[in-house]
Amino acid sequence: MRSPEDRGLRQSAIFDKASIAAIQHAAETGVYDIRGWGAKRAVPHFDDLLFLGSAISRYPMEGYRERCDTDVTMGADTASQPMELDIPITIAGMSFGALSAQAKEALGRGASAMGTSTTTGDGGMTDEERHHSSKLVYQLLPSRYGMNPDHLRQADAIEVVVSQGAKPGGSGMLLGQKISERVAEMRTLPVGIDQRSACRHPDWTGPDDLTLKIEELREITDWKVPIHVKVAASRPYYDTKLAVAAGADVVVVDGMQGGTAATQEVFIEHVGIPTLSAIGPAVQALKEMGVHRKVKLIISGGIRTGADVAKALALGADTVAIGTAALIALGDNDPRWAEEYEKIGSAAGYYDDFQAGQDPAGITTQDPKLASRLDPVAAGKRLANYLQVLTLEAQTIARACGKSHVTHLEPEDLVALTMESSAMTGLPLAGTDWVVGKNGGF
Amino acid sequence: MESLTDTTVNIDLNEKTVRDLNAALHAPTAKSYHVTNPQGVHSVAVGIKDEIDVEVDGDVGYFCGGMHQKGNLTVSGMAGPGVGENMMSGKIHIKGHASQSAAATAHGGLLVVDGNASTRCGISLKGGDIVVKGNIGGLSAFMAQAGRMVICGDAGEALGDSIFEARLYVRGTVASLGADCIAKEMRDEHREELVQLLKDAGMEDEANDDDYVNSFTRYGSARTLYHFNSGE
Repeated sequence: MRSPEDRGLRQSAIFDKASIAAIQHAAETGVYDIRGWGAKRAVPHFDDLLFLGSAISRYPMEGYRERCDTDVTMGADTASQPMELDIPITIAGMSFGALSAQAKEALGRGASAMGTSTTTGDGGMTDEERHHSSKLVYQLLPSRYGMNPDHLRQADAIEVVVSQGAKPGGSGMLLGQKISERVAEMRTLPVGIDQRSACRHPDWTGPDDLTLKIEELREITDWKVPIHVKVAASRPYYDTKLAVAAGADVVVVDGMQGGTAATQEVFIEHVGIPTLSAIGPAVQALKEMGVHRKVKLIISGGIRTGADVAKALALGADTVAIGTAALIALGDNDPRWAEEYEKIGSAAGYYDDFQAGQDPAGITTQDPKLASRLDPVAAGKRLANYLQVLTLEAQTIARACGKSHVTHLEPEDLVALTMESSAMTGLPLAGTDWVVGKNGGF
Repeated sequence: MESLTDTTVNIDLNEKTVRDLNAALHAPTAKSYHVTNPQGVHSVAVGIKDEIDVEVDGDVGYFCGGMHQKGNLTVSGMAGPGVGENMMSGKIHIKGHASQSAAATAHGGLLVVDGNASTRCGISLKGGDIVVKGNIGGLSAFMAQAGRMVICGDAGEALGDSIFEARLYVRGTVASLGADCIAKEMRDEHREELVQLLKDAGMEDEANDDDYVNSFTRYGSARTLYHFNSGE
């Protein structure tokens, strides 16, 4: 049968198939769409930048011989036990509840093998992830589900989560399908309810309060570990300044492509700004405060390749965090489960119904049968492999730009391919010295 | 605990810092500590995790007794925002008034406030108990999941908004109830737990007064927001 296009039918660019399906779903159910993943729409991204590499004016490092370091230290100035990462890539916060225990274990195994950290999520710390993560960041979220001072003292760093790139100003969700007895017990909730987290912290409300909250966390943990503050990319210049002023050792800026386990579609696609556009303002804030490269900047949202890592670092980040990519490395959206994805109305490569708890790959589920499909050892190895590739790729680029450490990459190593990316990053268009919007500020 | 001495250690915050104080309380050498001259400083006696008694003479700032575990903390003065936030067990007694977010997200233990507590008292309560002898402000017990609150005075607006399974006992008036919070029948088991909470808070006379106990109303969740419905 000939396709509609072959028959000369024309699809609307505005009312495309996805838009028509969304309208039909809303009309039929009266319920807005909730899904996982991050923004799927095309926005300016790291693909819109290129590295220049070296020639006569710049001298490269030997690709496979000369040393190019990748380590990053968090909290060196304030914490008696700073967190030292071997690579500038960390695993973003994802909860047990959103993910299976096997997936959390696999994340810990993979990250630990590469000397980097994982992060807890809404719902607290599990023994599995603490045991399998040599470096673990413990999140303090608005919900405080499972918040336990014993776990706080076991953490290698603490992350105060103000907001998340997939839903700036919104809150966490965990639908009833995933509120198993263990999850319910950890979160002090009835089994099977649809859990919606608070979006505001219960005991502080503004930047001055945040200063005192960070001080309290340091006091409880005897000033041992670094304190991160995570914000969604919306007003990164101001939020970075406020986080630093409040005493953060690390500022995490999560772009709109950052993933989630469950949020309204309208939130994911329409609130927040692209990761690419958030780095410059955050770096500018750090530079104006004289703390760039001292207070560390972690960027997340849409990191896929070592090139993305290198570009983020060149723009001024110290580390990147990955979530969606890490899940894909574990086995999310794997074609081996193609038939099962079809059965639940999706397809390998498209599956984003993380809220539903039916993940054939056993990652975003609390179903014991499905979860048992994920071998934490094998999946951890896959993640370690992927992290190694990201690191090697970033090193390759750094050496080509003449850098002996990946964080020595700088904006001068980059050019922009598009007007938008030039304006967003302050980089000149390739082959020109023209920076779109120069002197216009952020 | 056997290694702790019976002598009381005095810590004067005119001479020592809060960091000194907390470091001492995190590695206690004595069964009791007496803290003087707090003068509203923040993070006083946070993260206590041993069976010790700490008495603070004077007013404290934000987050006093934050994440308290075990032991007894008494403040003879006023407490700033977030007193006893996320406490896990033990007891905190504020002899004056408490500011907003008292015992926010408390997972266990008992907070007693002799005076009034401001807004968002018991917000996101997760199993802890709170007894306020005076009034509480608006938006208290917001999203309270578990635990009990006893309010001997009046409650402000939007009490128990989006409440889960926490139980609220209010003796006075309630300015308004939040979404999904309703008045519920006081059965014998509720009277019994109310009496016990009053006793735990040192209110023996009131606990033994049936008229006093019977003057409370119980509030809790109507459970209509537990699942997504169309039109939300």
